[in-house]
Amino acid sequence: MSIPADVLVVGASAAGLSTAEALRRKGFQGDVTVLGAESHQPYDRPPLSKQVLSGVWEPGRAFLREPAALSSLDAEFVLGDAAVSLDAEARTVHTASGRVLRADAIVVATGLRPRTFAGQEDLAGVHVLRTLDDASALRTELLTASRVVVVGDGVLGTEIAATARTMGLPVTLAGPQPAPLESQFGPMVAQRLAALHTDRGVDLRLGGAVTGLGERNGHVTGVHLATGEVLPADLVVVAFGSAPATDWLTGSGLKVDNGVVCDSSCRAADGIYAVGDVARWHHAGLGTLLRLENRTNATEQALHVAAAILGESPPYTPVPYFWTDQFDVKIQVYGVLSADAEVTVVEGDMDQGRFVALYRRNGTTTGVLGWRMPKQTRLRRQEVVDAFQKSRNRV
Amino acid sequence: MKVTVDQHKCVASGQCVMSAEQVFDQRDEDGIVVLLDEHPPAEQADDVRHAAAVCPALAVTIEE
Repeated sequence: MSIPADVLVVGASAAGLSTAEALRRKGFQGDVTVLGAESHQPYDRPPLSKQVLSGVWEPGRAFLREPAALSSLDAEFVLGDAAVSLDAEARTVHTASGRVLRADAIVVATGLRPRTFAGQEDLAGVHVLRTLDDASALRTELLTASRVVVVGDGVLGTEIAATARTMGLPVTLAGPQPAPLESQFGPMVAQRLAALHTDRGVDLRLGGAVTGLGERNGHVTGVHLATGEVLPADLVVVAFGSAPATDWLTGSGLKVDNGVVCDSSCRAADGIYAVGDVARWHHAGLGTLLRLENRTNATEQALHVAAAILGESPPYTPVPYFWTDQFDVKIQVYGVLSADAEVTVVEGDMDQGRFVALYRRNGTTTGVLGWRMPKQTRLRRQEVVDAFQKSRNRV
Repeated sequence: MKVTVDQHKCVASGQCVMSAEQVFDQRDEDGIVVLLDEHPPAEQADDVRHAAAVCPALAVTIEE
């Protein structure tokens, strides 16, 4: 297998940038082009729901690299121009502005798009939070809002609710699960998270479906629940999940099914790879297809994709990791949790507000969760490693 | 090689420690990064570069 003469990375966020950087660190000397739909320099998404939204950080602090570090990559950044089609066999990408880009190797790093209610784009006062522009627009409206409802009881919804509450706003969180993140954390820890939000003044209206938005004169007026109740709001944030941004790959020749489907080395087709939130690859340790929507996977997977492009193809078998910061609580998770796991607190004490819990299924420890005990949680990571891989392949 | 860490940027993910445990540690009370060796020996250099690359908060900087 020969080294490609050039590489086109489609997507200029953490995964795309990390891929370009990894190629250069590994000595790749061919042309590298990074194509991004957004006009901003590459920036980090985790701070958008926290420091950028609350105003603790100016938006510029979210940029991933100083301009000098980007130019030293010797890569061409084509920004503000979305990819609209891919011909996998011809290794060609067409962009919204009409550019035609071709490379021996192409990396799909186009991430996610937030799911929305039909028609919400036409409704004033309704927001999603995926991009830096979304965060700026949401922050501006939060500063003058009277009643905020966040729709979505997962990581993003709870972080936004916590941030808005910290900004002093009346906040209601609505979602279908009995408690926030219950499908991941299980009932015991999810109820602890619910208590955190309730103690800090978030009004939790969980356990029922959200059916739609009310409007008058083009502005949102409230959130409708399946019970028939309406939660009044002048600002609604819709954070009930995202879908992989793969519409542009229709007709490309790639297999698309909840993301770009790849082999164990993150290869989608000859000369085509996928990385980050959009990639659904075969995790050889777990024996299943997996798609992760978290920050560390973007960079870790990028290292493997760069290696694969250069002819090294160890299987990518990460131990998944994510964190969420809500109010003054840092939660870290290694491995895979599930709502039906047997959960055991092995360090600390839930009532004392600091603990580490192991998640076991069929006698195997598949995940570990830490609540305000980051170091101790990390030290327990080894307990889940066996469930994911035989040896850690560093590339 | 000179290594610097920014404890304000750190999100306590511990990725640096997992990459180069002789150079980085975490505080017991909050998991924030602690730099153990500002001038790590040459045999640690690759591990330290990996740590800087994988830190999700970009809190590790290296001067070669």
